[in-house]
Amino acid sequence: MADYTKPLPRPEDPELTQPFWDAAKRHELVIPRCRRCNAYFWYPRPACPTCLREDWKWTPVSGRGRLHTFTVVRQPSNPNFEPDVPYAYAIVQLEEGVRMVSNIVDCEIPDGLAVDMPLKASYDDVADEWTLVKFKPA
Amino acid sequence: MTMRGEAAIVGFYEMPTEREYPGRSTVSLLAEIARGAIRDAGLRPEDIDGIIGQESLNSMTLAEVLGAKPRYTASMTVHGASGSSSISTASAIVSAGLANYVLCIFGESRVRSSSRAVAATAAARVGGPGSRGAEWEAPFGPVIAANGGYGLIKQRHMFEYSTKQEQFAKCAVDERFNALLNPNAIWKGQPITIDDVLNSRYTNDPLHLLECVMPCSGGAAVIVTSAERAKAMPNPPVYVLGAGGPATRHDAIWQEEDVTTTPVIMSAPIALQMSEYSVNDIEFAEFYDCYTALVMATIEDAGFCPKGEVGGFYEDTDTTYKGSLPINTDGGQIAAGQPGGNAGGFRHVIEATRQIMGRADERQVEKSDLCMVNG
Repeated sequence: MADYTKPLPRPEDPELTQPFWDAAKRHELVIPRCRRCNAYFWYPRPACPTCLREDWKWTPVSGRGRLHTFTVVRQPSNPNFEPDVPYAYAIVQLEEGVRMVSNIVDCEIPDGLAVDMPLKASYDDVADEWTLVKFKPA
Repeated sequence: MTMRGEAAIVGFYEMPTEREYPGRSTVSLLAEIARGAIRDAGLRPEDIDGIIGQESLNSMTLAEVLGAKPRYTASMTVHGASGSSSISTASAIVSAGLANYVLCIFGESRVRSSSRAVAATAAARVGGPGSRGAEWEAPFGPVIAANGGYGLIKQRHMFEYSTKQEQFAKCAVDERFNALLNPNAIWKGQPITIDDVLNSRYTNDPLHLLECVMPCSGGAAVIVTSAERAKAMPNPPVYVLGAGGPATRHDAIWQEEDVTTTPVIMSAPIALQMSEYSVNDIEFAEFYDCYTALVMATIEDAGFCPKGEVGGFYEDTDTTYKGSLPINTDGGQIAAGQPGGNAGGFRHVIEATRQIMGRADERQVEKSDLCMVNG
């Protein structure tokens, strides 16, 4: 792990998102959900984007979802990803409806990928303090 | 009351699109461009009392460089849409009496850098400030440049609507045909076939290299004034009959509810209603085309064919300047190049102006009175 050279997450508002990263480290997925209008949303921001109230809580979700769309990376913007090409950069839609950016792992690239395929969360402990939430075929 | 027909473009100038203008700065190009447009409109520099410019250069600096003292100034900050949005803004400004002659100007002298150098710069930013992208995108290894987002859009379009690779390729081939005789196009004189597109490498699957723009140097400007003033000026006025937007639905593509739908779904109906024309009246179109998938989604969202049917549209429609519905008659950005400083999207405004003024030479379309432009 010490030689992990790819970019680690750099939060704009670390206090806001720390509970997400703490949960990821426990291999759990939590998503903001509004207490007033019950909407899930992603990414985390101070106010619920549906009702604009600042009253939401981190809510555990199943980690199941579908591959909404993907592209196969052959030329990454950051050269430290070059040993991994080709890899899948994807938009994943969780059961709860929100969409997040991630990678598809444990899957043949590109032939094993198909839009709408079922996925489940897969936790990648890339550094002592950081676990990335990726997805694999369900 | 709307601004229908209240303002007109009365002059333009476009520098040829090149990879580089060695030894020349962005402000040097912009001075030449401004001079060209002012001269074309039959004006003098001191007549310009409004300036609208690009995202990367604040309009006060621009005014200083051009030696102007505009009583209205603004920078457009809607990325690729900045150029076309400058026209709706300028039209509103002259209609409202805030300025009489507005210079809309965009351009850049880019230093050509290999993608490797760009990537190294990106890597060096690993310790930079936090942001939405730095937290939720960068750890997953995004594709270089804007290619990633358009790969995601294209993939989803192919899934939802069974759009075929050959149909996307036809879009690139028609645009390249349009660029062949355009002296300002980076790919002039170099035809391509559908097989050439399909055999070009994947920048990122399912996107081929020949479906992508190439970043270039160059730029352009127009002068917008009131319809009343336009009547007394040397060029045939290009009236702004309707405008919608700049509309937006998201910044990051993964925040878009419907990945294959563009903000044109919001802006086109507003523009058409204001113009008092329908989409069937449009004679030719100049649509933002950083990638084939975007111009194709725009054709659907503007109403030229039902959503999801643009693949068949391209099989059945000759979109060259000789065709039944000419689109991107200068080659668009894909075939003519994407000059920086938001000038890529502005080239659609320039070509529409050129065609309507009847100055497109061999590329002149048969019917050139009514054009739809998207940025």
